[in-house]
Order: sequence, then C-alpha cells, then structure tokens
Amino acid sequence: MGLTSRHLLGMQGVPAEDIQLILDTAKTFREVLERPIKKVPTLQGKTIVNLFFENSTRTRISFELAQKRLSADTVNFSTSTSSTKKGETFKDTVRNIEAMKVDMIIVRHESAGVPTFLTKISKANIINAGDGRHEHPTQALLDMYSIRERLGKLEGLKVCIVGDIAHSRVALSNIYGLKAMGAEVSVCGPATMIPRDIQKLGIRVYHDIDRVIAEHNVLNVLRIQLERKAGTSIPSVREYHKYFGITAERIEKYNNNIVILHPGPINRGVELTSEVADGPYQVILDQVTNGVAVRMAVLYLLGTMN
Amino acid sequence: MNIVLKDVIILHPEQKLNEKTDILLEDGIIKKIGSLSENEIKNSEVYNLEGNYVTPGFFDMHVHLREPGREDKETVITGCNSAAAGGFTGIACMPNTDPTIDTAEVVTSIIIKSKNHLVDVHPIGAVSVGRKGESLAPIAELVEAGAVGFSDDGVAVKSASLLRNAIEYAGMYNAPIIEHCEDPSMDDGAMNESFTSTQLGLPGIPTAAEDLIVMRDILIAEYTGGRVHIAHISSKNSVDLVRQAKAKGIKVTAEVTPHHFLLNDESVKTFDTNYKMNPPLRSKEDVEAMIEGLKDGTIDCIASDHAPHTIEEKEMEFIYAPNGIIGLETQLGISLSELYHKGHLTLEDLVYKLSINPRKILNLEIPKFEIGKEANFSIFNPDTIWTVDVSKFKSKSRNSPFDKKLLTGKPTGVINKKRMFIDDKFINLA
Ligand SMILES: [Zn+2]
Repeated sequence: MGLTSRHLLGMQGVPAEDIQLILDTAKTFREVLERPIKKVPTLQGKTIVNLFFENSTRTRISFELAQKRLSADTVNFSTSTSSTKKGETFKDTVRNIEAMKVDMIIVRHESAGVPTFLTKISKANIINAGDGRHEHPTQALLDMYSIRERLGKLEGLKVCIVGDIAHSRVALSNIYGLKAMGAEVSVCGPATMIPRDIQKLGIRVYHDIDRVIAEHNVLNVLRIQLERKAGTSIPSVREYHKYFGITAERIEKYNNNIVILHPGPINRGVELTSEVADGPYQVILDQVTNGVAVRMAVLYLLGTMN
Repeated sequence: MNIVLKDVIILHPEQKLNEKTDILLEDGIIKKIGSLSENEIKNSEVYNLEGNYVTPGFFDMHVHLREPGREDKETVITGCNSAAAGGFTGIACMPNTDPTIDTAEVVTSIIIKSKNHLVDVHPIGAVSVGRKGESLAPIAELVEAGAVGFSDDGVAVKSASLLRNAIEYAGMYNAPIIEHCEDPSMDDGAMNESFTSTQLGLPGIPTAAEDLIVMRDILIAEYTGGRVHIAHISSKNSVDLVRQAKAKGIKVTAEVTPHHFLLNDESVKTFDTNYKMNPPLRSKEDVEAMIEGLKDGTIDCIASDHAPHTIEEKEMEFIYAPNGIIGLETQLGISLSELYHKGHLTLEDLVYKLSINPRKILNLEIPKFEIGKEANFSIFNPDTIWTVDVSKFKSKSRNSPFDKKLLTGKPTGVINKKRMFIDDKFINLA
C-alpha cells in the first residue's frame, strides 16, 4: 500500500490511512536514527532539490538531513527574496531546475499556492515545506508523530493550537491532519490573530488560556513574530505574554498532564517561559528528531512510488 | 455601398421597438427599416441574419487599453479590435496608463489613434495629477479634449475633500466621478477575506473596504448634489447602500463586471491567477446580490473592467501576480448565458445595461433606429452555442478565466462610423 497522491501539497484532503502510513513508516526510520550508522540506501540515485525562497534554516536542514540519511543526491537553491525581483520569473527558475533532471522538489515560499503552481510546471514530486500562511504539512506530521509517541494515540485527544493562527502555516496543516485522525481540535489567541470564519473548519475558538490548559490534552504553541505584530494586532508582547503566555504556574494550577509542542524557534518569555520550554511537559526537542524521521518517511514513500 | 440586414429583430426599448424586419443601409446610413423590395435587395450585399437581434451599439464604460505605456499588453487598436469582436461599438478607457491620462495631450493622442477605427473610444481622465490624490488634474482642459468622466481607478480618490472638489468641479461639465471603491488601509490582500481565504492562507481584502468608500462617496454626492459612479461593485452591502441612496434621490450609479455576477471566491482554490482581480471575487451571497441589483435597477450597467496582462506577468506566484482579467470578448456571451437565459433579465434589460445606461451616465448620444442616421448597431444571436477560445481573441492578452467555457449567445457583428465588423473582418461601408 502506498500514498494516494504523488505530491504532498498540504494536509487538506489527505486521508487517515495515508497519515497512518507516514507515521508508521517514520517509526521505522526513527529506529534507524538510533543506530551508529544512520544511513540507508533507499533513495540512492534520486536527485532532490530544496527550493527555498524564504529563509528557514531549521526546516531546510531537517529535510537535507533526511535526504542524506536516505542516500539521495541533494541540491540546495536558496534565495531570501523572490526570484522575480532579480528579473527571472519563478517559472524560469523552475524550468532551469527541471532541466537538471530532478526527481523531487521541496519548496518553501512566502506565497500560498506556490506548491500547487509547481505541480503544473514541473514533473517532479512536490513537497510543500511551507507556503505563505497556507500549509506546512511535514510540520503537522511531525507534530502528530510526537503527540502519538508521547500519548500513544491521536484519536479522541483534545488539541489546541495557541498563538497567531492567522499568520501561521502550521495551524491549518495541524487542524486538517489532526481532524482526519479523529482528534478534537481548537485554536486559542487574541481575536485579531484568529482568521475569519475558522470555526467553519469544525473547530472551537478560545480566548481564555487558563480554560484552554484545563480542557486540553495537548497545546501546540506557535511562535509570536515579534517584529510584525506589536502595536497593530496586539498592543504589546508584554500584554500577549500576560494573557496568552504558557507558564509553569498556569500548567500546575490547571492541568499538569498537559503536553506542550512548539514548532520553534521559541521566543522565551513570550509564548512560553523558559521553565515550560525546558520542563517536563514539553516534547520540543523530540519534535526536532522526529522531524527528520517523518521527512524521511515522506521522501521515501513519494520517492519510491513510480 | 448598400447592405441589407435581412430577417433581423430590431430591439430598442427606448424607441419601443421589438420587431422582425429588414434594414437597408446606404454607405453606413439607415435608408429603410421594413420589408424591402426585390430591387432594393438585388442591389445590396445581403446578410441573412435570421435569429439575430440588432440593437443600439453596445458600450463598455470600463476598459484598460494600456496605451500609452504598456503596449505589450494592449494598444488602442488591439483593444478596439477586441471590443468589436465582443460586440461593442464604443468603450471608455481608464486613465491608469503611463503617462496617466491627466493632460489634454494624452486624451488627444488616444482619440487620434482610435479615429479611424469602428469603435468609439472615450477617454476617462484622471481625477488627480498622476492619480496621486494630491491635486486636481486639469479637468476642464481634459473635458475640452474629449474626456467624458474622471477616475483615479486602481485606487479610490485619496481623500474626501479632494473627492468633494472633483465632484463639484467635474459637475460643471456634468462629467461623473467614477470610483474604484477600496479603503487603502484595508487593501493589503490577494483575495476576498472569507472562510476561503482562511483555508487558502491568502491575505484577504474585506468587503468592508469597498463598503466604506461607497458610503463615503454617497455621502459626498448627497452633500454636493453631484454625481458619482461606482465602478465594478462587488459587495452585497455596497449594493444595499447604492439602493438606499437611489431611493433617497442621491445621484449615484453603479456598474458590475461579468466575473462579479458569475464567479465567487471559491474559484481561487485552484490558485489560478486568472481568478485574481481587484475588487476580488466575493462570496456566493455577494454574487447573488449582484444579480438582485441588476434585476431591480440598483446596478445600472455591465462593464468588463477589461485588464490585459502579459502571460509572463500572470503566470506568477499568486501574491505577486497583477490583478485583473480581460473581458471584452466574453462579456456579451456571459451576460446572455447567465442573465438572459437564466431568466434574470430580459433582452430589453440587457440593452439598457450594455448600451443605453452607460451612454447616459457619460452623456453620450444614444444610437437610434431612424432613417438618415448613421448606423451604430450591435448584432447578436442569443441562441448560438459556442466555446470560448482565448487563443482566438483579438485582444493582445490572454488572461481570461473563461477559456473553454461553453456560452449561449454570441456577437455576430457591429456597425459604426460607416464600418462593419462581421465574419471576423472589417468592411468599409462607404
Ligand atoms: Zn478598478
């Protein structure tokens, strides 16, 4: 049994069986990562391009490591600004890369829809590594893997995504994926950070962090982008922390069984205190390790499809 | 040269005409309307047009010709060819060219370029110098050169005080201010703000951005007693505001594009940039409100907002792609398919929305079926079924979301300025 699509553009519409298959495959790769020689020859001879139009060292390194562990040939194409600003169109850039006979493209871009656009102009398998505020499916998969690893299941769990939901690519992917796996999903943040009509996805919206902690099994806490938000959608980072920040006191008071995830990098003292970021409730560093295994699973399943 | 349009139905609601007849033209002048003698037919080029309607020439009051400045997208001539192929005998062209239509020289240059074309071109002048919203463009001079209305299209007139002055000043010449209604503090988006934009992770433009400026403009029109025309209306609330304003006797008119009365924002789910325009495609409820507004007369006319872009510019990441689609060659077919055949509007209504009303708004003469008058007609068959093929468009650009769309109702030809366009070619009648 394989995956139903030859691309991973997002979690929207991905069936539970596919998610299950990716997570189970990731588990076997997770074991490989514990061996002294952490490398398998599975994707030998395959060429993968990491096409990053937006700076994201963590995601790129995680993908690159996953590719190396699978013995694929890897090419990095990174540019902090849009290629269009250099005068070359996105389409020309992709055509050039395509001419180098690549099998798979991992793409990160500030515009939603770019991975979909890529499937129309390239024959390679496309994996979305984050498009605008749209989706970041491998992040959701590694989050689900980490929750399952800690709590043994996903079905029936109450998971809340906390923070700037409107500007997040992680939130939507988590909502789609977790719901497909039978979890109950909600979001929490200031009203100005909740996108319009998001409850229509079948989720609850909270503004009270104490209640959220009390009523959930898992919190996936998003990074607050300090430079963008202060003054417009929230009065200040200080006020955000006061009313939405996750602290050890809150956890101890309302629910000390909670599991805390964070996609990183963390703003300590803003969305999480250091006590929480380093404490017993979090699985943040496991997420990083699991990220490599999950990406290996996705690369393997897509790369060996044809 | 004599030509006969045989077995046509002439339709002119203002003249109370709706009858099957023949028309004889001599050198482009109406010679006779009625049954023709064998002799009259024998000495003429006869077009058998059974099933076709002949109406006063259609007029599109919102076209971007891109000349001067972006002749790679469209020129005055290719835009006019596109209009003729789409069944239009007249267009008004918007001033967001480079340079802007804010001097008499630019107005004149456009008029000269279109002089020998079948299609009448009436420039819309900029409200403000460079469309910058700071100081008034030389409105009187522009009127004298041939501008028929004023707009900073692409953006709303920057401030209420400048708008007030523009309405009053242009009002001396009875020229309307045509407004692109969008509050600039809320315009930072790539599609309509909605559940769909939430699902797609695209930044949204709320309908409130449009409604705010519509409301401002109505208040200023009421206060000054002057005229304002709402371009490409797209939100339900805005239609309600215009409806209420009209009931109060405020001089406000409105146009809607075919894409806003046909498509909703769920089309953006394909991430096809041919669904990116400004105003953006709105929700299903908004689309229904456009149809209601057309039916009850709140929306006076249909205009294409024909906005040509090159393939390279449109084939881009969604948030970077420019706004707009071309519409001259699909507008009539979509109006007939979606409004007439679905029972929302009669053909008489469509003649008002596509010919009479836009000309009234711009104070242009309405073509009539009268002996001795120069013919200015559109000819169309409301029942012809055809498939849109953008590769055959006369426009220089191809950015249409309607490629391969099946439509019922097609332009057959146009006659104006002693010229005729039919069977894909222009014919001089005199
Ligand atoms: Zn406009």
